[in-house]
Amino acid sequence: MNRNGFFSSLGSLLGIVLVSLLLVPLLAMLVSTSHQDIVAGIAHPMFLPALFLSLKTTSISLALTCLLGTPLAWWLASSRSKSTKIIELVVALPIVIPPAVLGVGLLQTFGREGLLGSLLQNLGLSIPFTASAVIIAQIVVSSPFFIQAATSSFRKVEPDILMVARTLGSSAVSAFFRVALPISLPGIVAGASLAWARSLGEFGATLLFAGNMKDETQTMPLAIFSAMESDLQLAIVFSLVLVGGGGILLAALRCLPLTVALTKRRPR
Amino acid sequence: MTSWRASVRASVGTFLLDAAIEGSRQAVALIGPNGSGKTTFLRFLVGAVHPEEGEFILGNKSLVDTQKDVNVPTEQRRVGYVPQGYGLFSHLNVLDNVGYGLVGGPNRLDLSQRHLKARQILENLGCASLAGRRVAGLSGGEQQWIALARALVIEPELLLLDEPLSALDASKRRKTRKLLSQRLQLFGRPSILTTHDVRDVAVLGAHIYVLEKGRIIQSGTLDHLIRKPASDFVAEFVGPATLEDYT
Repeated sequence: MNRNGFFSSLGSLLGIVLVSLLLVPLLAMLVSTSHQDIVAGIAHPMFLPALFLSLKTTSISLALTCLLGTPLAWWLASSRSKSTKIIELVVALPIVIPPAVLGVGLLQTFGREGLLGSLLQNLGLSIPFTASAVIIAQIVVSSPFFIQAATSSFRKVEPDILMVARTLGSSAVSAFFRVALPISLPGIVAGASLAWARSLGEFGATLLFAGNMKDETQTMPLAIFSAMESDLQLAIVFSLVLVGGGGILLAALRCLPLTVALTKRRPR
Repeated sequence: MTSWRASVRASVGTFLLDAAIEGSRQAVALIGPNGSGKTTFLRFLVGAVHPEEGEFILGNKSLVDTQKDVNVPTEQRRVGYVPQGYGLFSHLNVLDNVGYGLVGGPNRLDLSQRHLKARQILENLGCASLAGRRVAGLSGGEQQWIALARALVIEPELLLLDEPLSALDASKRRKTRKLLSQRLQLFGRPSILTTHDVRDVAVLGAHIYVLEKGRIIQSGTLDHLIRKPASDFVAEFVGPATLEDYT
């Protein structure tokens, strides 16, 4: 075997080790679960409330992340201000900070004794240990993934293309919606799917900031945590449902740009 | 007959552009070494560069006058722009690229009329067969025609072409140069192009402005530049030739 062949084989072997590490735990759960286990797990009283809460909160947090994150990503991508570097750093912080720390930070911000606690109390609002807290925790941990992907995608839009759109009669806002956004859509969708997946799996910040109350703040990861304490098989079924559902939704989100392109109206 | 004049004094980073040019229906060629300010000048005309001092009058309309605080927005200037690399919208097909300028604003047409007009322009440029294609699959020459068609569809008062032939190989460039010259004559309105190729200037019969380090150092016909080059760059640009060599 020549030198190139050796390194190629070594690279493949290392890759296979990593892929196995990602795949084998999923397979291990699959082979240890029977059809009856799955039916029993789905019928468990903890399952449906946790699933619905997860779907509801992750949908809302994704919508809010896109709504708040898209203008920010556009500004980060198009502004020449030096402050963009600082803001980018701030946006990336939740990726490197442990979720439990973010949970403590959120409690110190929105909790009764927190920074905004008295203000919220005066307004009659109480956020910790509610579904709103779940959503806020999900936004905090997942939005950096969306913003980074969207910013990177927006940076690929050449300024000249937008200038051409302006010369053709589009205002700056119209050029953004008609040119920059559609061109960046694949990257934005990829970022949104990453953010959604991160929200769906969020555990640490939610546990500390929203608690683990059935029907109120118990999302699927927290339900798995609760199930683990008494019934491992139940936890495995919950996990498999999360893996299956997450995989399907992620694939659908990734296929969205292609679907849009294929179904787009053909010129007459 | 539409005439125009533009003067600009603008700092872009450490670069200072300080130039004034004017023209009428005859094409104007802006030549100069890389980094001399040619593209910056065009970007001033479309409204992408905001000058410290500047004036841009197109026909009888004042589009920029820093002294009177006039700065007509890009979308209202009726200046067609074909940038380097053509700037086609990759998410739209050819027909929707060409019809983009007819979707909203003062040129708005409904869908059927928009497509009809876009097809007409494509036919005039001899590329109607490209109408349903995605722009990603087009050759450099095809992209150039689509970008030109897209700029012409709004019937601009002034057409700007930034190195329109630079992305083409030598044989395509020769063919496209002649076609471009014919189309610009049919267009019948002022145009400005930047180029590094003296043959573009010759075929278009353009009036030339030479830009070096942000300043106009010479202007005139190609014959004038051949006879009296004002700098080493101009001498190199025209080469050891007579006007007959290029026409």
